[in-house]
Formats: sequence, structure tokens, C-alpha cells
Amino acid sequence: MSPETRPDPLEGVAAEPGVAKPDPVLTVSNVRRSFGGITAVNVDHLEIQRGLITGLIGPNGAGKTTLFNLLTGFDTPDTGTWTFAGEDLAGVPAHLVARKGMVRTFQLTKALARMTVMENMQLAAVGQTGERLFPALLPTLWRGQEAEITARADELLTRFKLDHMRDEFSGTLSGGQKKLLEMARALMVEPSMVMLDEPMAGVNPALTQSLLGHVKGLRDNEGRTVVFVEHDMDVVFDISDWVVCLAQGEVIAEGRPSEIGANPDVIDAYLGSSHAEAPVQRRKRHERRAS
Amino acid sequence: MLADILVDALRTATGPTAAAYALLAIGLNMHFGFTGLLNFGQAGFMLVGAYGVAITVSTFGGPLWLGVLVGMLAAVLLALLLGVPTLRLRADYLAITTIAAAEILRLFFRSTAAEPVTGGVFGLRQFGGAFFAFNPFPDGRTYLGPLSASPSRMWVMLVGWSLVLLMTLFVWALIRSPWGRVIRSIREDEDAARSLGKNVFSYKMQSLVLGGVIGALGGALFALSLQTVQPDTFLPQVTFYAFAILILGGTASTFGPVIGAVIFWFILGMLQSGLRTFSDAGLLPDFFGAQAVGAVSLTFVGVLIMSLMIFRPQGILGDKKELQLDVS
Repeated sequence: MSPETRPDPLEGVAAEPGVAKPDPVLTVSNVRRSFGGITAVNVDHLEIQRGLITGLIGPNGAGKTTLFNLLTGFDTPDTGTWTFAGEDLAGVPAHLVARKGMVRTFQLTKALARMTVMENMQLAAVGQTGERLFPALLPTLWRGQEAEITARADELLTRFKLDHMRDEFSGTLSGGQKKLLEMARALMVEPSMVMLDEPMAGVNPALTQSLLGHVKGLRDNEGRTVVFVEHDMDVVFDISDWVVCLAQGEVIAEGRPSEIGANPDVIDAYLGSSHAEAPVQRRKRHERRAS
Repeated sequence: MLADILVDALRTATGPTAAAYALLAIGLNMHFGFTGLLNFGQAGFMLVGAYGVAITVSTFGGPLWLGVLVGMLAAVLLALLLGVPTLRLRADYLAITTIAAAEILRLFFRSTAAEPVTGGVFGLRQFGGAFFAFNPFPDGRTYLGPLSASPSRMWVMLVGWSLVLLMTLFVWALIRSPWGRVIRSIREDEDAARSLGKNVFSYKMQSLVLGGVIGALGGALFALSLQTVQPDTFLPQVTFYAFAILILGGTASTFGPVIGAVIFWFILGMLQSGLRTFSDAGLLPDFFGAQAVGAVSLTFVGVLIMSLMIFRPQGILGDKKELQLDVS
């Protein structure tokens, strides 16, 4: 289902930085992080709408990954607060952020090389009895749960077409397969929100299509919220319901893909103020292809 | 002559010292092999285990079981003390801290200030009476044929290798459980584990404590087998022997430390006995003389470990396939 044929939950929301959304699942306020003299992230206000795909774009060094790190507890901001699903997440450690339902992936995939694909998947299930030291010694206490987890993992592996690699070390997977595994593994946590850091980087075009399908599926079939960082504008415009553009740590523009592609601030940020045409042409090319 | 050398080597390889080192290596395997924690101070855990027994029994006249318990609790305490400040940092900080802590412990235990309790440089002796009182092997004969083990040696060997077997099973049961899966995921990439909701700090701490306590048991066994403890037994090289054993047997394999300990001490025993025999027979040049036997055999061990790293880096029981994966 494409965004055009669905009722737009963001209808009437103005395309301006920091605009309020009707049903935000994540609200970020005054989050700042500087490294030495450089301000990497300086977000005054940002809301992410529940159940949609939000693309996070920006030139290299705009602070996209740093913002991901801050929001998921992998880094600590100098100031700022943010709430996820009504809970204040400032100062919450990374593993608790994940358990609250906000799970991230990494720009450089972190497949656990010397563990099998299946072990990667099983690991990600939360609330496992056998992960506690003393119950771990008594398999009868966790065997049933382990079987359930394995069944769920098998289902996901089939969906992500990794079932034939099930018992291989994940270090033997190709770059694209690792991306698939990381996404499937994140789903084992049963998150309500998935944060994907460059899910398509280094993936061949054939696999990109299937990855895109999976990302859309997260929204359309499972009702999860997706935020993703991506450099390929065709991808961003294809699957995003809403696009946020960061530059030098600040949100400089927000809007529907069509609005962002024509936004002069975005074009400035990417190409400098004197080269206004290129991204617009890319966008038009994309529209031609889509029609 | 050659038969004597082999018997000597076999005797060393099956002796209580080999069992004690197997325990040290099992603990290190938990730390380094499965969790990826670089503990260079296993000698420190060994020390608290040994002195736990010695001080409780010899200095304070307490019962033996209490001594073993004190040693294990001291290891828990040491692990917490080392882990709290360093486990949130990068792996190398733990390495520096553990090697320093082990040395601080040794120097403190041998100091004059500590002498009333620890016996200073001379250490403590004769604290194993209660242990040998339970010896089921009757006096007045020797066991194991040519190995000619005394009854008390038999008793320490039985208890020691049983403990090794028990700890091996314990680690095996843990590592194949979901707990072990989290532990191994931390070795691979702790940020990935964190992103999947695992409390990495807590798991590292559990691993540090468990491996440390197993090392302390090795120390207690070592002390009981010799019936004496001296602080300078616990030099940093003890830890590196344990690492050599672990790498020889195969890092992150369950039985690796046991096989490694037996083979390591077999080779060391063979070298020492062989060099001594040949030297006594006047078959060796002077610089291999009687005083140099220890140093020369250690040099051979060094060469052995280097060759192993070059020709069989996964160790005897390790999985070559695992090693070939690019872990970054």
C-alpha cells in the first residue's frame, strides 16, 4: 500500500521544523551534544508520528547517527529531554531503552560473527528465564521458552530469506545478508519503534528492493514506527511518510517527501547555496520512474 | 633414561599443580574465552583463594571448610572491586587494573605490616591437617605404578581433578544456556548486546566473579597440595602460564583448559627432567647447566607457544572456522 492511497495521518501538518504531530510516539526537546567545540546535535524540538516511516536525512556530519546514539542511550547529551511512548528516556541506559520498545540497528552492521544466525536471533528475545545465572543451570526451566523463541526466529528468518543460513556463523554472511539479519534480529525484541541507521548502505540493488519491502512491512503489516537514516534520496522518497532534514546538528526542514525535495534549505545544505538544481532533478527523475 | 624422563613428565602432568592450573585456566576461559574480558591478574584470584585457606586455618585456627569459603568470598570481593570501575570502560583498562591489583596483593601480603596475619615473605604452612585427615588412601604403599604417588598425593589428585571435572561441567552447562549466549554475544560485540536489551555490565560482572572464584579454588587446591603458601608463588607469570594453557588447549572450548594443562605440564616436566638428566650426564654445554634448567625449559615453552600461534592458532580443541571469521 503506498502512502498516497492511505488516509494521511499527517494531513494538515505544516512542513516546518519542529512542527507538532497529531500522535507523536517520540518527542525530543532541546537535545544538545557537543564534542569539544563542535556542536554535533542541537535539536530544539522534534516529534515522530506513531506508526509511520520517518526518513532522517542530512549531509555527512549532520549529526544523524549522533542523534540516534543519544535517543537510544548509547551516548549522553549535554542537555535535553525526550519521551518515548509517554516515558521520559533521558538518562535511561541503552539496554533499558531497547526493552521499552525502541530498538536500533547500526550503520556498520554488528552481526555477532562467531555465533550462528539462529543464535543471533535467539539472543534478541527479551525476558528469557535462561538468561539468569541460576535458572541457566536447569534447562527444564527454560527449554519450553527456548522452543517458542526458536519457532519465532525461524518464522522471521524465513520471511527475511535467511532460513538457508540458519546454522551458519553469521560472520560468513554477505554484507547485505548481515543487514537483513540485523533487521530480523531487531524484530525479535518485538519493538514498537525501529531505528535503522543506513539500512541500505553497501547493499546491492536487488537486495535493496527486498529490504525496502521489509521496512514498509514493519509499518503496514505490524504497525511499528520506523525512523531511518539514509543517503540514497530515491530510497528516502520512495518509502518515507515524512522526512526530517538535519544539517550541522539542527533540524532545518521537515515535511512530506515531495515538499522536502523542493525545499531550498535542504538543497542548500546538500550542495551549498549556489547549486539549486540537482536534488530537484533527482526528485523529478524519481517521480517519472514511479509514474 | 628416556623412560625415566617420560615417567617424570607424566607425573607432573597428572599432579595437583596441573589440576590447580587447569582451574586457573577454566576461570580465564570464562573471562577471556567466552566473555572477552582480558584478565591479566588471575594470579591475584589464586592468591586470595590460597591465603583464604591458609590464614583462616593457620593464623586464626578456624576450620578448613570456612577457609575455602573465605577464599571464595575474597575472590568475589576482588572481582567486584576490579569490575565496578573498569567494566564500563574498554577491555584494556581491565587488563591493566587486574595485573596491577594482583601485584599489589602479592606485595601487600609479603609486607612486614601484614606479617602477623600472612606470615610475610615466609608465608604460612601446615594448614591442611583437616584435609588430609579425610584421606581414604591407606598409608604405607604407593599408587599408580611407576608414578609412585604417595597416599596424600593421591588424595589431592583425586580431589583436584574431581574439582576440575566439576568446574568444567559447570562452565559447559552455563555456556550452552541462554546465559552463555548473552556472554558470548558480549565477546562478539557488546554494543550489539546492549542494543538488544542485555545488561552488559551485569553479565560481565557475573563472568568476572565466576571465573575469579574458579581461579580461587585453584589457589586453595595449590596451597593444600603444597601445605604451604608464600607470596612470591603468585608472580604475574602464573597468569601467563594459565594463558599459555588456555591458548594451547583451545580458547573458548569447554575441555581446552583441561587438555591444555595436562599437555603444558607434560612438556614442562619432560623438559625439566630431561635437561637435568642430560646435564648430570655431562651431555649438555655449560650454559644449559643445572641452575639454568628452569630458565631453559621456560624458553622452550615460549618457543612452543609461538609455534602454536603460527601453525595451530586455534589450539588443540579450538575451532579453526571460528578463528577465520573476521571479528571486528
